[in-house]
Amino acid sequence: MLDMPRIEIEKCNGCGLCVGVCRCGALVLIESVISIITTYECHWCTDCELICPTGAITCPFEIVIE
Amino acid sequence: MSPGSGIMAAEIEILKSISYFSGLSTEELNSITKFISKKTTERGEIILLEGEPSVEVYFIVSGAVKLFKTSAEGKEQILNIVRQWESFGDVAVFDGALNPAGAQAMVPTMLYSIRRNDIEAILREHPQVSRNVIQVLVSQVRHSMSLVEDLSFKHVIDRVAKILLEYAGDGSGNRPRLTQQEMAAMVGTAREMIGRSLKSLEEEGVIRLDRHRVVITDNEALKELAGANA
Ligand code: SF4
Ligand code: SF4
Repeated sequence: MLDMPRIEIEKCNGCGLCVGVCRCGALVLIESVISIITTYECHWCTDCELICPTGAITCPFEIVIE
Repeated sequence: MSPGSGIMAAEIEILKSISYFSGLSTEELNSITKFISKKTTERGEIILLEGEPSVEVYFIVSGAVKLFKTSAEGKEQILNIVRQWESFGDVAVFDGALNPAGAQAMVPTMLYSIRRNDIEAILREHPQVSRNVIQVLVSQVRHSMSLVEDLSFKHVIDRVAKILLEYAGDGSGNRPRLTQQEMAAMVGTAREMIGRSLKSLEEEGVIRLDRHRVVITDNEALKELAGANA
């Protein structure tokens, strides 16, 4: 299963900024609630996290040693 | 009621929310509406160019704008994300010099703007606006000060290196994941600095950004950096 940015719905205010900033169409607002579609188009640019005013969406990194 | 009065009432509601105009009476706001120009921008549209003169202060009615500087090598450093009801472009308008940073719409954005001469007239007429502007500029100064501190005195990259080592796992998912916000909080820096630090580390060949993974490719080099700040 492909990892996608994490969403905490309770924190989302439905402003839609993340939908506007995302270049891959992974984020959609359905009745003012954000949800995310799993897609390989998401390259973890973290713009959705950067723009979200409430911290509802986050792009955590896993740190691994090669 | 004239056909325009509904639009005006909506404009006054918007002005009320903008930091510059908080605490003004409806009457006062009413007298300000005539100075407002409106503009909508697409995602990615450049609103202000660094180093160009600017004649307007912008207020965000909806959307978000990033302020950034570009280095001689073309690297971008985000200085701030400006959000709803906040302003930008004020610095160059008040000192009459050039824009200290570029401004780009991150999403489709709706803006109000007021020209320099009109702002001056508003300040003369409404001392409350002057007080508000001081508040706004002071908080911008604070934000810039903390960035300056990070850029010049503290070795942010070294401390990012240390955190990466602390949180490195073998990829089996047994270590907690970290957002850039969390890394910033641990390092004691602004989130804007983390993206830049990770990019620098990647350029130096110490790590590789592999989508949601930070892969440490040169453990020794990373240790050396982290040790420099132990
Ligand atoms: S990380 Fe970037 S591409 Fe992925 S969902 Fe967020 S904004 Fe879209
Ligand atoms: S930017 Fe944040 S608060 Fe706004 S819709 Fe997206 S997740 Fe919700």
